[in-house]
Parts: sequence; C-alpha cells; structure tokens
Amino acid sequence: MWALVLKEFRQVRRDHRTLAMMIVMPLLLLVVFGYAASFDVDEIPTVVVGERASAAEGELPELFQVTESHEGWDRSDAVDHLRNGDAVVAVVTSGQEPRVLVDGTELFSARSALTALSQNPSVPEPEILFNEDLDTSAIMVPAIAGMILIFVGTMITSLGVVRERQSGTLEQLAVMPFKPRDVFVGKVAPYFLVAAIDLVVIIGVGAWLFDVPFEGAAWLLGLGALLFLFVTLGLGVLISSVSENQGQAIQLAIMSLLPQVLLSGMIFPIASMDASIRWISYLLPLTYFTQISRGVMVRGEDIAGLWFPLTMLAVLGLVIFSFAIVRFRHDLMPAKVRRSRRPSAVNVARGAGSAGPQPEEGAR
Amino acid sequence: MTETNWGLDRVSVSYGGRHALEDVSLALNVGSVVGVAGGDGSGKTTLLRTLLGLASPSSGTVHRPDDDDVGYLPASSGVYPDLTVEENLRFAAGAYGVDGGDYRVARDELLQRTGLEGVSGRLGGNLSGGMRQKLGLAMALVHRPRLLVLDEPSTGIDPVSRRELWRLVSDAARDETAVLMTTTYIDEAGRCDAVCVLDEGDVLLQGPPDGLVGSMGGVVGEASSPPDTPFAWRRGASWRLWSPDGFETPETRLVTPDLQDAVIVAALRRREGGEVAA
Repeated sequence: MWALVLKEFRQVRRDHRTLAMMIVMPLLLLVVFGYAASFDVDEIPTVVVGERASAAEGELPELFQVTESHEGWDRSDAVDHLRNGDAVVAVVTSGQEPRVLVDGTELFSARSALTALSQNPSVPEPEILFNEDLDTSAIMVPAIAGMILIFVGTMITSLGVVRERQSGTLEQLAVMPFKPRDVFVGKVAPYFLVAAIDLVVIIGVGAWLFDVPFEGAAWLLGLGALLFLFVTLGLGVLISSVSENQGQAIQLAIMSLLPQVLLSGMIFPIASMDASIRWISYLLPLTYFTQISRGVMVRGEDIAGLWFPLTMLAVLGLVIFSFAIVRFRHDLMPAKVRRSRRPSAVNVARGAGSAGPQPEEGAR
Repeated sequence: MTETNWGLDRVSVSYGGRHALEDVSLALNVGSVVGVAGGDGSGKTTLLRTLLGLASPSSGTVHRPDDDDVGYLPASSGVYPDLTVEENLRFAAGAYGVDGGDYRVARDELLQRTGLEGVSGRLGGNLSGGMRQKLGLAMALVHRPRLLVLDEPSTGIDPVSRRELWRLVSDAARDETAVLMTTTYIDEAGRCDAVCVLDEGDVLLQGPPDGLVGSMGGVVGEASSPPDTPFAWRRGASWRLWSPDGFETPETRLVTPDLQDAVIVAALRRREGGEVAA
C-alpha cells in the first residue's frame, strides 16, 4: 500500500497543474469569496431629475449616491438613464408628488433601496421597472446563457482540438493540403454553430419555463453573443495549445470559468466587491456579456446604452482570438507555418522533381 | 539509372543544439519502397517529419511533391475513432478534393482491396489494430498520391494483417507511387527495395538489402555459448559472432548472414569505434 501512496505523491508532484489546482485553487476561492461574495450594497447609484432635483438630492439617505442631478430632465429621461444602466434608482421631482423609480434588474441594489425607502414613511411607494416582481430567474437566465456559451466555447472547443492532437490526427491534418487557417476555422466553426443554437435554446426555454422577458432587439443580443463567442472560442483554442491532454484542458477551462462566474456580476453584484479585486471583473468577458444580455432581454436596452460592453468584448475578442490563431499556427503546426510563409525556402524544393538526391550505398 | 523523384539531400536537423539527423541523403523513386529502420530515438520520425515538412532542416535540401500528391499514414493510423470506416474515407477524400463519382470509385476499390467492405459502417474505434491500419492506409491512398509516407505501419499488428498491409503497399508502389516507410523490424526492412538504417541520427547502413549483406565483409558464425568478443549477439537460442578474418575455435559454425546480422555488425563496429577493418 505504501508503494501506491508514494507513487501517487510522486505523480502529483510532477503534475504541476493538478498541484496548482489543489493548492492555489482553494486559496484563490478563499480570497475571492472573502472579498467578492457579498450581497451587501453600500451605495446605490442614483439620478435625481425634475424642478426640485437640488432640494430632493439633499434629503436622500446616505445609501443613495447621487451620480447625476438634472432639473431640466423629466421621467422619460430618468427611465432612459436606468435602462442604460447608468443608475439603479431615479428620483423624479416633477409633478405634485416625487416619484422613486428602481431598476429591478439590479436585484440586490433594488432590494436594499426598497428596504431603505420603506423606513421613511414620507417617501411614496417606489415604482420598480423592468423586473417588477424582482424575479431572480429573469436576472439569472441571461447570465447563465453567457456561462453556457463559455462552457461550449471554451471547454468543448479546447477538448476538440486537444483530442485531435492526442490521437495523432492533427499531424495528419497538417500534411493534408489545408492551410493552418482552414484547420483553425474548420475546428472552431462547428462549435460556434452549436453555441449559437445553445443560446437560442436557453433563451427559448428561459422564456417558456421561467417567463424571462425579451424586451430588446434580438440582433443586438446576437451581436453581443457573436463578440462573446469570439472571446470564448479563442480562449478554448488557447487552452488547447498549452494542454497536452484532455484532462489538462478541462482543468484549465474550469480555472478560466470559475473566476468569471464569481466575479462577473452574475451572482454577486460587482459594486459590492472589494475594490482590490473588483478590477478583475472588468477584465472578464462574462462581465460584459452579462451586461448585454440583461440589458437587452430585461431592460430592452438599445445599442447606445450598450456600446461600452460591446466595445470591450470586441477588444477582448480581437486580442484573444488573434493570440489563439498565432498560438495554433505555431504550436500545433509549426513547420507548416514556416512552409506557408516560405514556399520557396532554400532548403525545400517542391513540386515535380527529377533531380533528387543520390545516396551512397553501404555502411557509413 | 533509376530516376529519382523525391527525397532528402544531405539533410541535418537539430533540436536545441542536439542533432537529430546528420547529413542524411535518401532517394525516393516512383515504383519502389524505401524502408527507414532503426531503434527508438534513432531519427526515423525526425526524417519522416522533415520529409513531410513538419520539421525544418537546419541544412540540406528536401525534395517533395505538393501537399496534394502526398499520402501519409501516421503511427496512430490517423483514423477518427468516432467516425465510421466510410466517413473516415469520405473525410480524407474530401480533404484532397476527391468527390462525386471519383470518390465512389476510389472508395469501392479501396474497401475491396483492404477487405473492409463488410465493415464500412463500423466506427473506427471499434476496428481491430490491423483493420485500423488498413483503413489509415486506404485514407492515405484515396487520392492516389505520388509519394506515400508510412510511419511504422505494421507496429503492433498481427502477422496476417502485416502481410495484407505489405500487399497494399506493394500495389501502391506499382501504381506509380514512391513509398517511404519507417519500421523497427529489420526483417520488414529487408522486403523493401532500399533500406536506410539510422543510429542516433546518423546513417548506419544504406542501400538495397542484398547489397548491404553482401558488402558487410568478414564472416558470421554461430556458437552455443557466449563468445568472448565484443562482436557477438544473441540470436534465438544461440549466439552469433562476427570476425573480419574467420574463426579459429572449432565450436563456431559459419552461417550465411542476413540483413539483421549486417545491421547488428554495423552497429557493433560503430560502437567499437570502427577500428576493425572488414
């Protein structure tokens, strides 16, 4: 038995990635959960509009952090502001009685706002917009759609490429008359299609089973999903290029998925996270896709309100996808790349030949 | 003189300062089968990868046809385990632009020649080792390549399948194809038209098998007990030994050497610094 125990320890010691998962992952989870796992909201971005905006601004409890105040704006401007995700609460002071509008898609902030407002009897009943019942599934389904796109795009793609290399068939593809680009697109395109179908199914099932609304334009969500898929598929190919087998690919895919689930705002509000790790959220593609999917589906947001997450996904996609193509070309098909770049290299003669080498015969 | 179509001309390959191939020349002629033999780490795979363009030579020239004219059977057979026999063939044909009626003709002919026509709907992963190698060979032949490269095609398969593979390879050579195959089996290399035996990246022996045996020099004997010479090796139940001049001991019986003896003698002479003149 001791021989077996010793052998296991030796194997684990040499498997650096498993070792990292066993030691680094718990520490990472501890730190992330410690700083990010919070549903407490300390401040709520608030916009105050209408003739008495300045006066109302001073009367708000400390929890409501006024980010903008416009005496010339009316209710529709305030609703647009909430729809674009620029604030969670809007106080409209035009008319006889002030009105408080709350964005129901920011679940925890909205609940904190309602609790704070309920303690002041002089404040009229707040009006919840976009997700009137503060329904959790309406918020989670759009985010889960992103998570599933990561699962298909990153994990399944990386497995597909690694499986090809592990079985020796990738080398065969390199010898076939394919350009590296053909192999890359040929490998990625089916997963792209499957992920796109997955997205439609998730949204359809979400609407059917959980009554998740779809208020915005389908093309806008499609655009966001397209950009997001570029990132996740690129990540999948990147993972495959540094993985020797499918086990390693799965490990890396999980290690890339977990922080996105925890830090993207999908579960814990980004505003509630400690500033020391909040910046990580803004590097994660799922953060931006969640903003887009919730914005389009639940708030009916238009492209003007989503230009920033769309741009961020485009930038991340460009960087990661380009890097993935370069890695794929160099790591998986090294000489093929050099060949395609130097078709008439001095040491390679191709095409019909009749003046090849004449080796000597016998022992050397 | 036989027309040389493809091959390597004084090719050397280095990986991180370590030479994997040193000054290797190899002619591949249409209609003939060239075997590259050697032990593990001898440079067989590097030679094959260099010829295919998957490794870059540090010096020398590689002569090869365009990708469309190359067929390749990797050591792993290149068969997709989750595709059927027919789907594997169809994929390989599609990759080389063979479709429609041309594909159907090639498919039927190859399935018949490989004896796989009865299992065309079976998944690649459910084939025996020999059947998988034959399917891999069929995939490499589906576009009628001018250069066929086989990486240890018969390793790990049964003698009957080996014989069938050889028949397919010989047929391919007859069909105006130059064939290069690597092997760890010297007896198999002996069936090739020409052999290149590698040892630690260097060419140990090169030429037609009969010629290599004939030019070995010296004599080979057989003894029943371990002889006291560095030029001795175990063969079956007895020992064989080589001498440049002959044997004085009466218990040593002279035998007719074969390619295996010639390769071992060349390797032993190399190990001993080559100081023994034949």
